[in-house]
Order: sequence, then C-alpha cells, then structure tokens
Amino acid sequence: MNYYESEDLKKFGNITEFQEKMGNKFFEYYGEVFKEGALTAREKALIALAVAHTVQCPYCIDAYTSDCLSKGADEEQMMEAVHVSAAIRGGSSLVHSVQMMNQVKKVTM
Amino acid sequence: MSIKQRTKSLQARSSELSSAFFQLKVLNGQEVVDEKFPSFSNRLQNLGYQTLKPSQIDIFQINIGKLCNQTCAHCHVDAGPDRKEENMSRENLELCLSILKNSNISTVDITGGAPEMNPNFRWFVEECTKLGKKVIDRCNLTIIVANPKYHDLPEFFAKHKVQVVSSLPYFSKTRTDKQRGDGVFEDSIKALKMLNAVGYGKEGTGLELNLVYNPSGAFLPGDQAGLQTEFKRQLKRKFDIDFNQLFCITNLPISRFLEYLLESNNYESYMEKLVEAFNPGTVDGLMCRNTISVGWDGYLYDCDFNQMLELKVTSKDSMHLRDFNENILNNRNIVLNQHCYGCTAGAGSSCGGEIS
Repeated sequence: MNYYESEDLKKFGNITEFQEKMGNKFFEYYGEVFKEGALTAREKALIALAVAHTVQCPYCIDAYTSDCLSKGADEEQMMEAVHVSAAIRGGSSLVHSVQMMNQVKKVTM
Repeated sequence: MSIKQRTKSLQARSSELSSAFFQLKVLNGQEVVDEKFPSFSNRLQNLGYQTLKPSQIDIFQINIGKLCNQTCAHCHVDAGPDRKEENMSRENLELCLSILKNSNISTVDITGGAPEMNPNFRWFVEECTKLGKKVIDRCNLTIIVANPKYHDLPEFFAKHKVQVVSSLPYFSKTRTDKQRGDGVFEDSIKALKMLNAVGYGKEGTGLELNLVYNPSGAFLPGDQAGLQTEFKRQLKRKFDIDFNQLFCITNLPISRFLEYLLESNNYESYMEKLVEAFNPGTVDGLMCRNTISVGWDGYLYDCDFNQMLELKVTSKDSMHLRDFNENILNNRNIVLNQHCYGCTAGAGSSCGGEIS
C-alpha cells in the first residue's frame, strides 16, 4: 500500500460519506471558485497549479496539469506558474533571514 | 519551409490499426465486456432513445480523398502523402452535384486529406456555388504554401465566398508541430496571413475563417469561448492574425489518435474521461443528425468518423451516391459505437465545435 494512490483522486467526491453537509458545501464553493469571473478559468487553473506545487499535493498536481492543458495553457506558462510558487517559497525562507540578522545584530558586538 | 513528417500513415506502415475491424475490436474490448465502459447504444437507450434518428440532412460532407501533404499524429482519416489511391473521381463528384441540385441541402462541407489536392476540387467548388450552396473547405493551411500552384487558393476561396475551416492546435510552434509535423506552425502562420490579406477573418468582408482546436494529447478541450478569447488575443499579439470563430473538437479514439492512445498507455484513462463526461444534453445536437458523410468512393455514412470505421449507413436502399434517396436517409437509424462518446463528452463535439 502507498500513501498516495492516483485512483484515490476519483474518490474525492466520497468525502461527503462521513460529513455530507460540510462536504456538499465545500464542493459547491469549490465549483463557484473555479468559474470564469474577474479572473479567467485558465488563469485560475494556473494559480491552482502553482498552489498545488506549494502544498505538494500530487492529486492536485495531476488534476490541474490536465485542467491547464484543457484550458489552453502551454508548457511554458505552466512551468512559469511553478516558478512563481518556487519564488514565493524561497522568498518566504529568505525574508525570515531578516529576523535572524536582527537577532544576530542584537546579541553580537 | 517544407514540412518534415513525423510519421507515415498506418496503412503505409502496415499497422494492424489501419484495419477498421481491428479498431472496432479495440473499442469493444474487455472494458466493454466488463461494463467498465458501458455500451454507448445502451447509454442512449437508458435515456429513452431506442434508436438515434436524423433530424433532416442539411450538411453534405464529402471526404474528397485521403491524400494530404501532412501526416498529423492525431488524424482520424489516416491521411498523408502516401495515400494516393483514395481520391474521389469526377464521376462521383458529378453524382454529388446532381444530388445537390435536386435537394434543399444548404451546405457542402468538403474535407479530406487536403481536399485541394484532388484535381477536380476547384471545378467542384465552382459548380456548388453555382447551385447556390454554402461551401466549407476544411483546409489544413499549409497546402496554400506547399506548392506555387496552390498560392492563389485564398483568392479562389474569396471569389466563391468559401468558408475556410482550418486546424491550428495551438498558437505556439512546439505544440502545433508535435501534432502536425515539423514546420507546420510556421507555414500555417504564413497561410493565415495570406487569408487575412484577401479579407478572410476581417470584419465586414463576409469571408469567414474559422479555426479548429484539437487537443494535442490525451485530454479534453476546455471551454470553447475561453479558448477562443485566448487564441484571438495571442494570434493578434504575436502575429497580427484575425479569425472569426474557434471550434473545439474532441479527438475521437480512432485511427492514428487511437494508435497514440495505445502507445502512450493513455487509452483506458482517455476512454474513462469520455465516458465520465457523457452529457445527455448533447445528443439532440449531434452532427450525425443533420449531416450525411460521403466517402471518396461514393458510399454514404452517418459521419466522417463512421466513414473511417467503415460503418456505412443502415439504409440498404440508399448506401451509395448512385442510390441517394433523401427520404430513406432521413428515416435511417444512425450507427452507434463506442467512439461516439467523443461527440457527447462535456460540451459535446461536432465539425462546428461545441454542441451545447
């Protein structure tokens, strides 16, 4: 048995089995979020792909790779989205180094 | 730039998949026996369609030949430069004209292969327009720049107000060339500029240029309106190209696309996607209900896909151009099989794009 099985992605909808009301509300909200709005559905798919890499969810990466392709995004755009994720992740580590620097300066002569 | 073909036709490679019988065997394999993929006919029967009947024939789609200057990886016709034998004769084209003359069918949709490579193409278009029919040419674009004898096709199309429908799987070279052959994107852009130059795709000219988006892989097309906006924006921004509409067409699991699915180990998951995306709302608008498809040898089919699977119309007394009887054909039962899931998935798919 593996912790992640690609077949499990198809069972996502089954989460309502243990908590129907909350599950249904979640899926309704989810559907609404990804509709064409101020952002296009393609832009939303690219954001979702970047976030999927940030949260390192293999299900979401599979799902939003297909979704990006369906919505007309190309490989270059998809990789740029992942770089945005990487830049924010790397940046968030590095920006905390200011705290480290502050502390160093405080406790050293 | 000349096109570097990525493959040869299945027939030239003597592939098992060049046989329609073999393709149907794959489509009706173990997954259907195990009911993992329910039979398409049963699916319609459960919706109350005991049989699928035509509305009325309004589109006369002629596959004028399998000869083509491209060998696209997804081609459902298995067309290519090596398909020199299958071209519609003048005699059969004359039969088409005589049928059209005595019928209210409004549209003649000419496809191939590259239809323009049939030596009778221009004469046939001229005769159809004389009959007052709307003519659609499914042009692969690159034929326009393939040889000097085709360079004036944009002027010819414009003169006869032919609606040009052209495949362009993406607005970038990589994805287009992977599907259609190296050099296709560059030549397609040149051809689109030539069409724009004579007024195609430009407002107020009445010259319609529509593009076809086929996904270049084992995934379904997204929302047509969204993709059209993106194609228009990118083609204008990158190449100053205009067009009218984008038609999203789902790849059906037959011929070379079926080969791709099997070789890339995507067949099952692709069929699963099609079956899961089955949309009952598309059934009444299926193109087989208002189209008759004519093969290069004059036989009649419900659609171009059935034609490639050699599934002839069921009306025994009207199976060929020489026996064409509109009343009989309008009462036939449309032949269904597992590939039909391709036309009912999601927003549906037809030669004119989305259905619903």
